[in-house]
Amino acid sequence: MIQTILIYSLVFLSFAIFATIYRLIKGPTAPDRVQALDALGINLLSGVAIFSVLLRSTGFFEVILLIGILSFIGTIAFARYIERGVVIERKQSD
Amino acid sequence: MKKPNDVIIRSVTKVAVVIILTFAINLFISGHHQPGGGFIGGLAFASALILLFLAFDIETVRNHIPLDFKVVAAVGVLISVLTGVGAMLLDHPFLFQAFGYFKLPIFGKTELATAVLFDIGVALAVIGTSITIIMTIGDDR
Repeated sequence: MIQTILIYSLVFLSFAIFATIYRLIKGPTAPDRVQALDALGINLLSGVAIFSVLLRSTGFFEVILLIGILSFIGTIAFARYIERGVVIERKQSD
Repeated sequence: MKKPNDVIIRSVTKVAVVIILTFAINLFISGHHQPGGGFIGGLAFASALILLFLAFDIETVRNHIPLDFKVVAAVGVLISVLTGVGAMLLDHPFLFQAFGYFKLPIFGKTELATAVLFDIGVALAVIGTSITIIMTIGDDR
């Protein structure tokens, strides 16, 4: 019973991932693609969580936290590149 | 052109860096029995420093963390080699690892292994290498 529910939710998550991949390929501007990458990271994170329930293993919790951290840092780096043109500034600008 | 204002990213960074550093140390400590270890712990530590570099700038972080990260990488490799050589001094083969159970004040009966020292060396080498790469790439115009 619970296995069926988990597999159904994985199927719906993969639908969501395909929708974000469509936005990633089609997206007219760069911010669209960055947001699609961020949402794809979140969907991947929840997919790993559901897999760890499905496999009855606690070995994937670090993966969940790490995907969250890396997606956050990657989104911030892209956002700074789009806004300022540089990712890491050398000196305080103001 | 308006002056950019990043008060939100700086406030979020001040909270998130503490959490990421705690998680990195947890990954490093739990490497013996759970997933984790020196490599991924060092990379999580380096990602916290990269978040600091992104929210602030290179000069500020360098003033507050006055470490030469090339020296950090070198010290890490030196620690890893010295744990192997120390086993040779005690009439064991190179890189021999020992462990024992000790009674610590707070933790009770704890397993302490010399593999942790080797892992500290690995973590320091990973931190030093990745931060050196980031600083070298990001520094010039």
